[in-house]
Amino acid sequence: MIGGKEAGPLALHNMTAHELRQKLDAGELSSRELTEAFLKRIEQLDGTLGAYLTVAAEEAMEQARSFDEARANGEAVHPLGGIPVALKDNLCTRGLRTTAASRILENWVPPYDATVVERLRAARSPILGKTNMDEFAMGSSTETSAFKVARNPWDLSRVPGGSSGGSAIAVAAGMAVWSLGSDTGGSIRQPAAYCGVVGMKPTYGRVSRYGLLAFASSLDQIGPFTLDITDCALVLNLICGHDPRDSTSVDLEVPDYAASLRAEAKGLRIGIPKEYMSQPIDADVRAAVEGALKLLEENGAQLKEVSLPSTSYALQTYYMIAPAEASSNLARYDGVRYGLRVPADDVPRMMEETRSQGFGPEVKRRIILGTYVLSAGHYDAYYKKASQVRTLIRQDFERAFREVDVLIAPTTPTTAFRLGEKTQDPLAMYMMDIFTIPVNLAGLPGLSMPCGVDKEGLPVGLQIIGPPFREDLVLWAAYTYEQLAWPQGAGRHWRAGREVAVDVR
Amino acid sequence: MSVKTGVEYEIVIGLEIHAELSTKSKVFCGCATTFGAPPNSLVCPVCLGLPGSLPVLNRQAVEYAIKAGLALNCEISRYSKFDRKQYFYPDLPKAYQISQYDLPLCRNGWVEFEFNGQVRRVGINRVHLEEEAGKSVHSGERLLGSEYSLIDYNRGGIALIEIVTKPDLRSPEEARVFLEQLRQILLFTGVSDVKMEEGSLRCDANISLRPKGSTAFGAKTEVKNLNSFRSVQRALEYEVQRQREVLESGGTLYQETRHWDENRGVTVAMRTKEEAHDYRYFPEPDLMPLVVDEAWVERLRAELPELPRAKQARFVEQYGLPRYDAEVLTTSPALADFFEACVAEYGQAKPVSNWIMGEFLRLLKAENKTVEEAQVSPKALADLLRLVDQGVINANVGKEVFEEMFRTGKEPGAIVKERGLEQISDAAALAAVVDQVIAANADAAERIRGGELKAMGFLVGQVMKQTGGKANPKLVQELLRERLLGG
Amino acid sequence: METRDGRAGAAAEPGPAASRLSAADVAKVAAQARLRLTEEELEKLSGQLSDILRMAAELKALDTEGVEPTAHGLPIYNVLRDDVPQRSMPREDVLAGAPEQQDGYFKVPRILEEA
Repeated sequence: MIGGKEAGPLALHNMTAHELRQKLDAGELSSRELTEAFLKRIEQLDGTLGAYLTVAAEEAMEQARSFDEARANGEAVHPLGGIPVALKDNLCTRGLRTTAASRILENWVPPYDATVVERLRAARSPILGKTNMDEFAMGSSTETSAFKVARNPWDLSRVPGGSSGGSAIAVAAGMAVWSLGSDTGGSIRQPAAYCGVVGMKPTYGRVSRYGLLAFASSLDQIGPFTLDITDCALVLNLICGHDPRDSTSVDLEVPDYAASLRAEAKGLRIGIPKEYMSQPIDADVRAAVEGALKLLEENGAQLKEVSLPSTSYALQTYYMIAPAEASSNLARYDGVRYGLRVPADDVPRMMEETRSQGFGPEVKRRIILGTYVLSAGHYDAYYKKASQVRTLIRQDFERAFREVDVLIAPTTPTTAFRLGEKTQDPLAMYMMDIFTIPVNLAGLPGLSMPCGVDKEGLPVGLQIIGPPFREDLVLWAAYTYEQLAWPQGAGRHWRAGREVAVDVR
Repeated sequence: MSVKTGVEYEIVIGLEIHAELSTKSKVFCGCATTFGAPPNSLVCPVCLGLPGSLPVLNRQAVEYAIKAGLALNCEISRYSKFDRKQYFYPDLPKAYQISQYDLPLCRNGWVEFEFNGQVRRVGINRVHLEEEAGKSVHSGERLLGSEYSLIDYNRGGIALIEIVTKPDLRSPEEARVFLEQLRQILLFTGVSDVKMEEGSLRCDANISLRPKGSTAFGAKTEVKNLNSFRSVQRALEYEVQRQREVLESGGTLYQETRHWDENRGVTVAMRTKEEAHDYRYFPEPDLMPLVVDEAWVERLRAELPELPRAKQARFVEQYGLPRYDAEVLTTSPALADFFEACVAEYGQAKPVSNWIMGEFLRLLKAENKTVEEAQVSPKALADLLRLVDQGVINANVGKEVFEEMFRTGKEPGAIVKERGLEQISDAAALAAVVDQVIAANADAAERIRGGELKAMGFLVGQVMKQTGGKANPKLVQELLRERLLGG
Repeated sequence: METRDGRAGAAAEPGPAASRLSAADVAKVAAQARLRLTEEELEKLSGQLSDILRMAAELKALDTEGVEPTAHGLPIYNVLRDDVPQRSMPREDVLAGAPEQQDGYFKVPRILEEA
């Protein structure tokens, strides 16, 4: 039923960061009050929703206090300062438990902050806590979390998506103003689609990976969940930028994404990937996406069919490369220096027991697959071949972007599926990422935003993909569509008055 | 037991050498590379392999590796990249070592050196850059049998170059000599302090036997735990013997890895594994490839100092020194520089060479000091030599003065004055002492008069004793001769 | 130079047989990754992994002759830093997560073989 507060005039937990900024600046509200409100809401709802693995109430209030003090002293404050945020539990937070939703790190407290976390602290953003996820980011439903179940706020019997399920839920259910997740094959965009919020994966290299627990090093990127496109742009301003501690982070100037937002469909050239649309897609999903495209076209955008033939092989390519890199990145969890250790008489036994007990089945499956793919006699046929197909996929996109500004497609073939529905069939689960995976393989920026609902009222995600380092083009298309279809913000307008489906006892 | 008679075997040896580069910080992070710090005090998220950490490549390490390659006459790859070499071991924090697999930085070089009177050339397959692992201390005397081990990651992440030779070495002794030459070349480039005793230079050897005339390779044995140049030779000699015995008794050799036991003087088979290591190499996604253009290579080539063989040849040519002197004087760049600076001051080469090869090296060894630590300057030695030339002091006193110069850094002139060591060349004063000595040693004097000239030395010695060593020896000889032999 | 597996390597084209992993195959690979699985897990994985490999073998249909593999997320080169020592982590932080430590070292049980 309805959770706690009435939906009426915008409650705090339904406000965007830029709206809250105005209230903070006008003195109508303190960061402490704001943070407290969110902490209370977490207390009320999260028992059911399972978005948070660790709530950092004391630290968050302390950070809020520090913001209020700075502002009272007349110090310049960041646009996102004082605004409570949630972080996916694969981002290192100094002094705050970071588990990657795995038993092997159940009690690990990092001695350092990820670069993006350092930026948040410098901006004085209160960190509410660490959110639930698929173990080591391997999954599309948050069902492989070792600790708790995460539920879709719009239908508690359904998954929120994954692997950044907790971060998506937090924003969708008003338990954080915005949040950070990570995306390797769709782990931000897909849960954003399932939970009805905005989620973005920047270009590979735009955001520092230093302090992000690595899953697949050449595919991982950190990105935001927000209630609207303006907030998304504000977060990009904060987290993007070169980091000398990350050799894969690019030394390119970061434009002011918020300042350059514009809503203008005329001149926008949109490509529709033929191979995507010809996949089996839920009728309601297809209708919502086509509706969005039609709206843009009616307002002056040009639509054009493009072909990305190699993307038909993207899933196979991804499931060779990602597990290979993951098997290597997870080898360091061996019980010697940190995390779980299961004692044994000798080191090989100790490592084996530690890893066997510390990792869940999906993680083990991918480690074994990855180890096999890299092993002697199989490397050329599997890993090397996949790396070559990856080049072809990248080239497909390059070709398409010579003729269009952005590509638009569904984020996922269906809306949120039911808990337990796909856990017995890994391949079926992997198919959920079929539209998002190619974007990671090519390192492109990709965003998902709500574009409607299905018969059951579940949100549908619209995916917008841009050329490398052209987040501005993606935001142009997104903002334009948002202003046309969801003027109060894509992440909340679509649910018009609906509250999350949580019982408050 | 059948014996294969009449088969002569050829020894085929290749070496795999690791040298720690003397960069100030580690290869992928900013931790200092200081030797001997308290355990785990020079460690950061990167070299500890903490979750979320990422490597960033040290430019100096790349340049040192290129310089090493150039000194070994390698081609520098225009395009090279890093790879992960994966295996589980407690001193390996990420459970992989960042190394280079199929596209190393340097390839196809060679080293020329003299062995048994011949100039030999050994091919260098490759030189690549990689990172060190941590160090373990075992509860027992060695790893096998220890109940537990303690790991220190200070060393983890220090820059290493791996040098792989072609299997061109043909005897254990040659392998040792080659290794010494290689070490010297690296020392001269300044990229590593190459101290085997400190672990900044390590060597594994691969050895096989094949019938003379055959071009196929026999099964090779990898020999590990070679901690000194001597061990390299001894271990390989042992292996030649062992392998020969196996072959001659009709047995078969298999590819294996053996551990050299210095105390027992044998190699021991290491625990046999069901499969050889599969390192599952793949390109390191966290590090970007290197594109090294010609301009960069040429700049580094220009920075290379004169290398040992070239320097030795020049010393022979320019200073007219014997081969032997040139080799001794070039054992280290510092020594060679000292020699040249001194000759520049003094003007003649051979006397300087003699003093360095004699007194200077003796004192360096006795006091366990390096050239840089010795407090003698090239100019001071030159001054000393001039004092002897001018007859102010005699050669023996000169040695005493030199010792004090070595320890205190004082100027020779000051020492001579302070201790009143000027040579006594006053004939009248000496004559008195000579007469005294003759009188006190009538026996010896008689023998000399009688033709036993050997005893002259004894009497000279007595005069020297009486004069605190300061008598002018030539003059003493003359005076004795006058009195005892009549001129 | 050592080959990928320390022996003379053999490149392999995955025929249909290669896409089928038996439970014993899975156990071997798992051991390489320091993982121990139950009989039941091995059986299940053998089926699932065989399915995935079969799917991956579809890549054979694409002609990749002369195509450069993509090994990195973006095409940049020569990312280097200056050789300037930085402060290391305080030792308490280094050892903070250590499951077992002694005198400033990380402690581990018997190491069975030399690296």
